[in-house]
Amino acid sequence: MRQRLGRLRLTTSGLPYLLLLPALLLELLIHLVPMVVGIVMSFKQLTQFFIRDWSSAPWTGLGNYHLAVDFSAPVGQSLLNSFWVTCAFTILAVGLSWLVGTTAAIMMQDAFRGRGLLRAAFLLPYALPVYAAVITWSFMFQRDTGLINHVLHDQLHLTSDRPFWLIGDNSFTALVTVSVWRSWPFAFLTLTAGLQNIPRELYEAAAMDGAGIWQQIRRITLPSLRPVNLVLVLVLFLWTFNDFNTPYVLFGKSAPEASDLISIHIYQSSFVTWNFGAGSAMSVLLLLFLLLVTSVYLFITSRRRGADD
Amino acid sequence: MINPPASFRWIRRIVLALLAVFTLVPVGVMVSSSLKPLQDVQGPFRWIPSTLTVRPYFDIWKTVPLGRYFINSIIVAGGATIFSVIVAILAAYGVSRYRFRGRRLFTVTVLSTQMFPGILFLLPLFLIFVNIGNTTGVALYGSRGGLILTYLTFSLPFSIWMLVGYFDSIPRDLDEAALVDGCGPVRALVRIIIPAAIPGIVAVAVYAFMTAWGEVLFASVMTDDETRTLAVGLQGYATLNDVYWNQVMAASLVVSVPVVAGFLLLQRYLVAGLTAGAVK
Repeated sequence: MRQRLGRLRLTTSGLPYLLLLPALLLELLIHLVPMVVGIVMSFKQLTQFFIRDWSSAPWTGLGNYHLAVDFSAPVGQSLLNSFWVTCAFTILAVGLSWLVGTTAAIMMQDAFRGRGLLRAAFLLPYALPVYAAVITWSFMFQRDTGLINHVLHDQLHLTSDRPFWLIGDNSFTALVTVSVWRSWPFAFLTLTAGLQNIPRELYEAAAMDGAGIWQQIRRITLPSLRPVNLVLVLVLFLWTFNDFNTPYVLFGKSAPEASDLISIHIYQSSFVTWNFGAGSAMSVLLLLFLLLVTSVYLFITSRRRGADD
Repeated sequence: MINPPASFRWIRRIVLALLAVFTLVPVGVMVSSSLKPLQDVQGPFRWIPSTLTVRPYFDIWKTVPLGRYFINSIIVAGGATIFSVIVAILAAYGVSRYRFRGRRLFTVTVLSTQMFPGILFLLPLFLIFVNIGNTTGVALYGSRGGLILTYLTFSLPFSIWMLVGYFDSIPRDLDEAALVDGCGPVRALVRIIIPAAIPGIVAVAVYAFMTAWGEVLFASVMTDDETRTLAVGLQGYATLNDVYWNQVMAASLVVSVPVVAGFLLLQRYLVAGLTAGAVK
């Protein structure tokens, strides 16, 4: 009786809307309204002359979009280049982070001496502020004073010369390395939590049936991690594809062509060359692409999950 | 796993050692370089410093106004944390305890904002802030307030999500009994829900602080000389001719200490919250 009374009061109240109001207002102000404004801006010829009053900028219709996707002109060409660079970067960085994270999580599933300490160490790249961590990498990648060339050239004699890491084609390797360093701990964390849900009896039963360690991993561990992996890979994909911090701290406002990630590219077209209209059009295209990939991914994985049941 | 053979244990040792090196070398470089004299970081890299010195730790405050950046970062990250936690508690209480129209829509909307690239709303928000300043005189662009407002929404989706999970695990009977006994909903929240969810609230606060403390993109666009945060201020050690790498490393270490300490202390709660959604 007591409980019914309580429920009754909870459902008839208008209070929940009041409780959500601050969160809703903030999301509206900082995310949704700017997004709508951004879409409007993408149809305008918004250069530095109209910054003080963007609503008076002249309409240009699809002009900015034409500019962005005209791949025979410099703007479109560099955007396309940036798109492919971002795709390659994302596939490599997410793939490696996932692989390293999975390996570490499986290897640290069983207790051994020093496990707690090692886990804390593995969490450090995730805990450090991004600018402090990435700036350290940029010091390590310096051509004449950095650790990387010191080890590769001076100590191991693997390179005949001191390569540049932060300009030219090598910058892509540097970018992927730093990105994997920063994001594998998150994969490790998530998968570690996923492993804790596997009942020990499963392994015991398998061992009793004569399954070796590799078979246990292949038959029990990896399949059990599938639901975790579905979310993890999507989250890693979105973070990595949108990553601005790593290239910005590593390369500054304009990245080398080989590592010109899309978020840096848009930032540059907007705040360095002061063409906000074109920058907005590129942002909208980016969002459409992310929405498309995410929906396809969710569609495929939910269907496959349905088939499994 | 049961009965890992010796071969597996050897592979495990090697792989984990390699990973530890990969993870820790940058941290080691940060620490050791921060204790080197300038000529050591300007010449070829050396594992062992020619002399150990703590001078960089004193110089960092003079080369750039690091103290001011520190205070700005503390105000901005602290402010964003406090407001974000309050707003998240209210929203999570609503979602966890009430069934109402639009409940699902709300959660989906809030969560999906996490997916948007920051660059997408950076430009419009920048222009909106500039325009608000021009028309009403309320300075959001270039102010700490504008940054607080922006940052608090960054951690909000995750905070709400995590707190809903925490609140759901608190037996409903507890606060319903309080309601029946004549407590208002606000008192039920303050007296029963909040105390029971303290670990979750602390974890959410640490996450909000870390997010704001580490943000680079908006900080580099939305601040001016006076309101610059650490994320942007650290670039000040590079002059046209020289980069004071030993000071950069010392400053990096100093700005990392607050968040790393908080993270390591509270990692267990944070990890549980971060991963709850993925595992469920």
